[in-house]
Amino acid sequence: MTLEALKLAAADNTWSALYPELTLGCLALALLVLEVVLPKRLHPVIPDVAAAGVLGTLVGLLFNFHSVTLGADTFNGLLHHSAAGQVMRAFFLLGALLTMLLARVSLARQPMPRIEFYHIVLVVTAAMMLLAQSNHFVMLFVALETLTIGLYILVSYYRTTTASLEAGLKYLIMGALSSGLLLFGIVLLYGVAGSPALPAHSAEAMNYGELARFLAANPHNFLASLGIVLVLSGIAFKIGAFPFQIWIPDVYQGAPTPVTAFLAVASKAAGFTVLLGLCGANGAFAAYSSLTTPVLTAMAAATIIFGNLAALTQHNVKRLIGLSGVSHAGFLLLGVVATAHSSLAAGAIYFYLFAYLLASFAVFGVMTHVAGSDDADQELDHYAGLAKENPFLATVLAVGLGSLAGIPPLAGFMGKLFIFVSAFQAGARWLLVIAAAGVVVSIYYYFGWIKAAFFETWTPPAGSDTPARPTPTPPGMMAALALGALAFASIALGFYQGPFGQWLTLR
Amino acid sequence: MSHLPFDPLLLAIVAPLALALMIGLGLPKRWSVRLAYVAFAVPLLMALHAWWHFSSEPQVDGYAFLTRYSTGLDGLGIGLKLGLNGISLPLFVLAGVVGLAAGLYALQSRAERLKIYLLLLLIMQGGLMGVFASVDVFFFYFFHELALIPTFIMVGVWGGRDRSYAAMKLTIYLTAGAMISLVGLIALYVKSGAHSFDLIALRAHLAAHPLAATLQSNIFGLLMFGFGILVSLWPLHTWAPLGYGAAPSSAAMLHAGVLKKFGLYGLIQVALPLLPAGLAHWAHPLAWLAVVGNVLIVGLITIAQRDLKQMIGYSSVMHMGYAFLGIATGSTLGVGGVVLLMVAHGFSVALLFLLATSVHHRTHTFAMDEMGSLATKAPVLSALFVATTFASIGLPGFGNFWGELTIFVALWKFSPLITALSVAGVVIAAVYGLRSAARVFFGPASARFTEIMAKHPVSDLLWAEKIPALILLAALMFVGFWPKSLSDPINAALTRTAATAVQSGNH
Repeated sequence: MTLEALKLAAADNTWSALYPELTLGCLALALLVLEVVLPKRLHPVIPDVAAAGVLGTLVGLLFNFHSVTLGADTFNGLLHHSAAGQVMRAFFLLGALLTMLLARVSLARQPMPRIEFYHIVLVVTAAMMLLAQSNHFVMLFVALETLTIGLYILVSYYRTTTASLEAGLKYLIMGALSSGLLLFGIVLLYGVAGSPALPAHSAEAMNYGELARFLAANPHNFLASLGIVLVLSGIAFKIGAFPFQIWIPDVYQGAPTPVTAFLAVASKAAGFTVLLGLCGANGAFAAYSSLTTPVLTAMAAATIIFGNLAALTQHNVKRLIGLSGVSHAGFLLLGVVATAHSSLAAGAIYFYLFAYLLASFAVFGVMTHVAGSDDADQELDHYAGLAKENPFLATVLAVGLGSLAGIPPLAGFMGKLFIFVSAFQAGARWLLVIAAAGVVVSIYYYFGWIKAAFFETWTPPAGSDTPARPTPTPPGMMAALALGALAFASIALGFYQGPFGQWLTLR
Repeated sequence: MSHLPFDPLLLAIVAPLALALMIGLGLPKRWSVRLAYVAFAVPLLMALHAWWHFSSEPQVDGYAFLTRYSTGLDGLGIGLKLGLNGISLPLFVLAGVVGLAAGLYALQSRAERLKIYLLLLLIMQGGLMGVFASVDVFFFYFFHELALIPTFIMVGVWGGRDRSYAAMKLTIYLTAGAMISLVGLIALYVKSGAHSFDLIALRAHLAAHPLAATLQSNIFGLLMFGFGILVSLWPLHTWAPLGYGAAPSSAAMLHAGVLKKFGLYGLIQVALPLLPAGLAHWAHPLAWLAVVGNVLIVGLITIAQRDLKQMIGYSSVMHMGYAFLGIATGSTLGVGGVVLLMVAHGFSVALLFLLATSVHHRTHTFAMDEMGSLATKAPVLSALFVATTFASIGLPGFGNFWGELTIFVALWKFSPLITALSVAGVVIAAVYGLRSAARVFFGPASARFTEIMAKHPVSDLLWAEKIPALILLAALMFVGFWPKSLSDPINAALTRTAATAVQSGNH
């Protein structure tokens, strides 16, 4: 490559387009510096600095939503900036902010260093934001690995407990396997698309646009099909779709609760943004929809059925919410399947993700307050009588679970409705029937949880050797405000979608 | 527009919900109770206002008081469109009257945690007013679910025997019904191609472009079974007696009296006019299910009941059979009879649940074998109960008589055999109605009841209990003596929809 070409390439590096990610990166480094510089008694301020930084970035992003680079490619096609990308950036920032809030409560009970936790969350969030805007497999893989490696550490963060370590190990092995599958798929696609023997071959086949052109010109290439299936499998690991969901219950149970929340919401959403970019209406794999649609359809059906049936028998709430999260991945996959034939589907997925974020963090927020010092030991029985002891937490829990279950008038219902309408528009009727049955089954376990909190009273077990139930921590001022806001937002977004609804339905 | 400076329909919905929100935000108990009188009275006043001015209002497609509020989903054809036609008007008034009675009864009941109880009842009341005021099919469904959720909680927390099991069963059955009908409504929305949930737009669009007959019958089947579960169509009725047996009185009054009518109302307002070919396909199966299952089998089961509240629950399942029969005829006469029966049955069953609870306060049991001779101690209570029983079994002078009579007349044209079988149900109703009244109020007191009376002296109905009872009885007798006031608008609305249905049949 000549110097001129490199200069030209460098001219496309619009760093200003990446200011939110850059802010997070600098903030992450600043936290480490602050830990060294500040005297020990001022260390509790550092998490507040991190949260304030994220909040500032979020506000800046929202004020600057229609930035100049919107709709453009930067960094030589590594990134594509779209309105959906901006929305997902805001989503991940919000997720990071809430995770930090939960971490304050949960970390306070553990003899652990604090600052590194926030550092890693910031780095992972920046990676997720880049992932949501990636337009190139190199960008995709680098961002995905950054986020996965960060999560390896976070999952085993409570390193004094065996459950957390075990979860970390499981996540490491499964994550490495999925990265391997994904990478193998990418390489196959790159190799076949670069083959000079085939029409429309390209030296830049890692770029989504180039790849889409190649795939459109070669509709029945076996190697390309294999590559696509492998890439989808790699992503299916991240979102926890059947048959790649096996790691979910153990990892969710063992990981610290804030990390479980982060995994369940942000990591899953990151997987879906990638999936939308690849299998969406104008995605890289659009030409192979005759392959991806049946694969995703089967995956969605199996995921909904497995997630709901497996969640029915759980007594540990972390496992329960993990497996219910599997079923939510199934509903979202239903939306991805529908994108081919329904203009509403992509918007429906974004709405569903936001509703899922609000509801999940409400539930996880209550979980961190109810949990004792043993973070993995959170049983349904511990919730008995919560409504009498702490009505506020119980109400937030009920709203969160109701929204997850898709009960009107909560936001989760609207999300499910949009997904169902788009699925029907796309003609995925059997999938819709399975999904509707899944909702009914899910009511059983969500309602069982609400029942435990509201209708049952706590009776200490008869034998003295059984450990007593941890007493719920009353939420602090900030946590109470945040939980109240989450519950309120879940209700309000169910009644009134306003500009957000208009953006979604008129895209 | 109306003569009022505000929208009466919106106020009827918002007033209870606003107070519910205020209670949720921590309004003191004294003010909660005082304002609750207002919040329960406002919907009734607005309903009476609408009823009084209905005929003088300008009408669009049979709807008066039309207004529309955007919630941000105009892109999907969803908006909060409120209005009343001849069919929804009587039910709107029914919801107002029963809501006030249930509210007054709850206020005098001194239930535990009265504030939360009122909050849930107010949400239910707001939702009910919304159900019958919505012209938009989506909001019609949405408000139903809003009103339904509090029932689950009220049964689970304030319920009687087996409350936990009853709440769970109620939740799962009703969610299943709601999901099936939601799928039906989505199918109708997508397949109609009207891109609107607005009932008026849907009607106009489908009159011009009717759906294919098989599609109509498929969608009708979904709606029939989905709504059917909600109205307790045999053999999917088992939630009803169990749920009503366990529900606290005010919840049972509102649910059995008003909310349950949602399914029938949905069939009449949505399924009949939009899917005439669907009805033609399903009319006979529906009629046979209703007459053999609801009327005869459930009727015989009712005779065998020993628990007063369960007996009332089963009898209400039985009466829903007549409503299904009227719908199956599809004629203006038959469906008009159903609307009349829905209103009259709503008043009578709410009154029966109210009185049954008052009986329980005096006898401390619901077992009819353990009562007797209450008429000598509580003459007013027994007079009211006997009168309501007469109404419920269809004696002239009460609204139920006119409803059942018109249904039978319409049914004769449909099928004489089914008419003969269903008239046998009247005898069954007389047997259980009169037997229960005799066991509770007349004859010698049982040994156990004599003991109870020795401990707790029995008093007659207090004024606080009499007022809601008299409101309901007055409404019931008003319908009985002047059914024309209701049947005229009903007929006008039905003739109009019948005309569009015929018109679409000719296309």
